[in-house]
Amino acid sequence: MIDLLRRIGLWGRGVVVAIPYLWLLLFFLVPFLIVFGISLSEAMLAQPPYAPLIDWLVDEDAGTTKLQILLNLSNYLRLGGDDLYILAYLNSVKIALVTTVCCLLLGYPMAYAIARAEPAKRGPLMMLVILPFWTSFLIRIYAWIGILKANGVVDNLLQWTGLTTEPFELLYSDWAVYIGMTYCYLPFMVLPLYATLEKLDPTLLEAAADLGCRPWKAFLTVTLPLSLPGIIAGSLLVFIPSVGEFVTPELLGGPDTLMIGRVLWNEFFANRDWPVASAVAIALLLFLVVPIMVFQHVQGRQTEAGR
Amino acid sequence: MAVQPIRKPTRLEPWQDPGQKPYVRIEKVTKTFGDFVAVDEVSLSIYRGEFFALLGGSGSGKTTLLRMLAGFETPTEGKIFIDGVDMAGIPPYERPVNMMFQSYALFPHMSVEQNVAFGLKQDGVGKAEIKERVGAILDLVQLGQFGKRKPHQLSGGQRQRVALARSLVKRPKLLLLDEPLGALDKRLRERTQFELVNIQEKLGVTFIVVTHDQEEAMTMSSRIAVMNHGVIAQTGTPTEIYEYPQSRFVAEFIGSVNMFEGRVVEDQADHVLIRSEDAGCDLYINHAVAVPAGATVGVAVRPEKIALSKEPPANSDGRNVTSGIVREIAYLGDVSIYLVELKTGKTVRVTAPNVVRRTEMPITWDDEVHLSWRPFAGVVLTQ
Repeated sequence: MIDLLRRIGLWGRGVVVAIPYLWLLLFFLVPFLIVFGISLSEAMLAQPPYAPLIDWLVDEDAGTTKLQILLNLSNYLRLGGDDLYILAYLNSVKIALVTTVCCLLLGYPMAYAIARAEPAKRGPLMMLVILPFWTSFLIRIYAWIGILKANGVVDNLLQWTGLTTEPFELLYSDWAVYIGMTYCYLPFMVLPLYATLEKLDPTLLEAAADLGCRPWKAFLTVTLPLSLPGIIAGSLLVFIPSVGEFVTPELLGGPDTLMIGRVLWNEFFANRDWPVASAVAIALLLFLVVPIMVFQHVQGRQTEAGR
Repeated sequence: MAVQPIRKPTRLEPWQDPGQKPYVRIEKVTKTFGDFVAVDEVSLSIYRGEFFALLGGSGSGKTTLLRMLAGFETPTEGKIFIDGVDMAGIPPYERPVNMMFQSYALFPHMSVEQNVAFGLKQDGVGKAEIKERVGAILDLVQLGQFGKRKPHQLSGGQRQRVALARSLVKRPKLLLLDEPLGALDKRLRERTQFELVNIQEKLGVTFIVVTHDQEEAMTMSSRIAVMNHGVIAQTGTPTEIYEYPQSRFVAEFIGSVNMFEGRVVEDQADHVLIRSEDAGCDLYINHAVAVPAGATVGVAVRPEKIALSKEPPANSDGRNVTSGIVREIAYLGDVSIYLVELKTGKTVRVTAPNVVRRTEMPITWDDEVHLSWRPFAGVVLTQ
C-alpha cells in the first residue's frame, strides 16, 4: 500500500516536471523547428508560399523513388549581403540599447527609493509601477501620440512657455520611439532591480560608513556591485523584447525608423517571402541567445555566492 | 624581619582616579523613536583602555546607545563626547570609532583581504602598507591562510574573526562591538571571549561591548553598565555588580538570586537586622542601610552562598538559619541545584559543588534540610 502511494507520489512529481517541458516542446521547440525549416526553403507562388524541404521523387519510367532534401542557404546569404537587413539589425540594437540605458537610469533611482521606503509603503509604490499594465498597451501608445504630436500636450506646453514659437513635433522620430519604449519597458527594469535592492542588507552600508566610506562611494563600492544581478536581469528583460519591438516604432517612429521587427513584418506580409522572413527571425534569435547565456552564467555564479 | 602582607599589583581602575579624563563621555543622552523612549537620560564615563560592557535584555536601549556612539543614530537630547570632541553632527565616516556588527556585515562580494583592506583604502593608505597591515591583522586573528576566500566560504567563527580584523585594522581608539559572540556556539564563544580580551590588552584599544549574556559581560569586562528600559540600573565592576547589586532588577538579572522580604528591626553602623516572614528567620547582614526602622526591604542571597546540612548548624543564634524540604535536585555535573521548600511556603534555590559523587550524596529528595548563610552573604535592596 505504502509502496503504491510512493509510486503515485513519484509519478505525480514526474507529471509536475513534465508539464512545463511538454509546453516548451509543443509551443516553442516545434514551432522553432518549423520556422527553421521554412528559412531553409525556397519561396514560390503557392499555398503555403514556399517549396517543401523534403520531397519524394517518384520516377515511374525509371522505376526509382528518390528522397530529395533541398536546403536553400540563400536566404541567410541575403541577410548578410543586403544593407537593409544589416542596417535594420544595427538600428534595432541601437534603439534597444538606448531604451535599456534610459530604463536603467530612470529605473534604478525609482527601485532604490521604493526599496528604502517604509515597509508599509513599498507595496503601494510597487503597485503604482505595475498599474499601467492594467490598461491596454495599444491605448497607452496612442496616448503618447496625443502627447507628442504637433499641437499635442508637449507642443502646447512649449509654445505656452515661449520656448518655441514654431509648432514642435516629437512624433514620428527616433526620439518618440525612445520615449515610448522607455515608458513601456520601465516596469520590467524596476521589478528585478527592486527585488535585489530590497534584499540588500542596510547594515552593509552602515559598515562601509563606519570604515570611513562616504555615502556616494559606498554606493559605488557596495550597493552597485551587489545589485548587479538585478541590473543584468532588468537590462535583459528590457533589451531582448526591445530588439524585436514592432508596435511602438510602427506607431511612434518615423519613416526612417528602421527596425528588424518592421522588416520582418514587411517580408512576411508585404513581400510574402516566408523563407526570408523566417531567416530574419532565426538570425535575430541566435543573436539574442548570446546575452541570455551571459546572464545565465552570471546568475549561476551569484546564486552560488549567495549560499 | 617583619612579615609584609603581599599585595596584588593594583589593577587598572581609571574610574577610581579623579585626575583621569574619560575618553567617552555620554551626558544625559535621550533617544526617542516616536513615543517610545529607547534611551532615557543616560550618563556614562568610559576611560581609555577599558573593556566596558553594556548589559541588558532586548529593548533595554543598549544597542541604540552603541549606535549613537557610532553615529548611526542621533541623540534626541544630550551630548556625546569622544576624546573631548562633541560628536553632534559628525557623520559615522568621520568618527574615530569602528564597530563590529552583530551580523558581522561582511561585504559578500569581496574576499577576506578586500573586506579587511576596505577601511584602509578609504583613508588613502598606500598599497604596500595596506598589504602589510592586512596580513598582520589576519595573522593576529589566525586567518592568515584565508585571505583569498569569500565570506560565504567561511564558518561562523571565522567570519566573526574577519569582522573583528576589519574593525581593528584601522587601529581605532575606540571599538564598539554589538553582540560580538552572539552567533557562535557555546564552546567557541568561551574561547573567543579570552581571545578578545587578549587582543584588547595587546592593542590597548578601548572596547565597548553590547551584550545580553551576563556571563560574557562578567568574564570580559573591566566594568559593566546594566541597562533596563533605557536607563542604567547600575554601573560597576563585575564583582560589584554581582556581590553588591543596588536594585532588585540587577540582582535578578545577573545570576540567580533568592529574594526575601522583611522589616528592618535594627539598623546599626556595622549591621542590620531584618525580620522576615518569608525566610522564617531573622536576617543579619553586616552592612548598614540608610532606611528608617520598620521599613520593608528586600534581601538578596545568592544560591551558592547558602549552605545545606541535615543537622542544624552548631552554635547558631537562629539568625540566617532556616529549614525546609528538598523538592527538586538538578545535577549539572560540577554543581547541583537544590530547590528547597521552606515551612513558610517559599522555595529557595541553593547551589552546591558536587564534592562527592552523585550516588554518595547525603541529601536527596524529600529530606528535611537546614539552610544557613554567613552575615556577609546577604545584600539589602531598598529599590
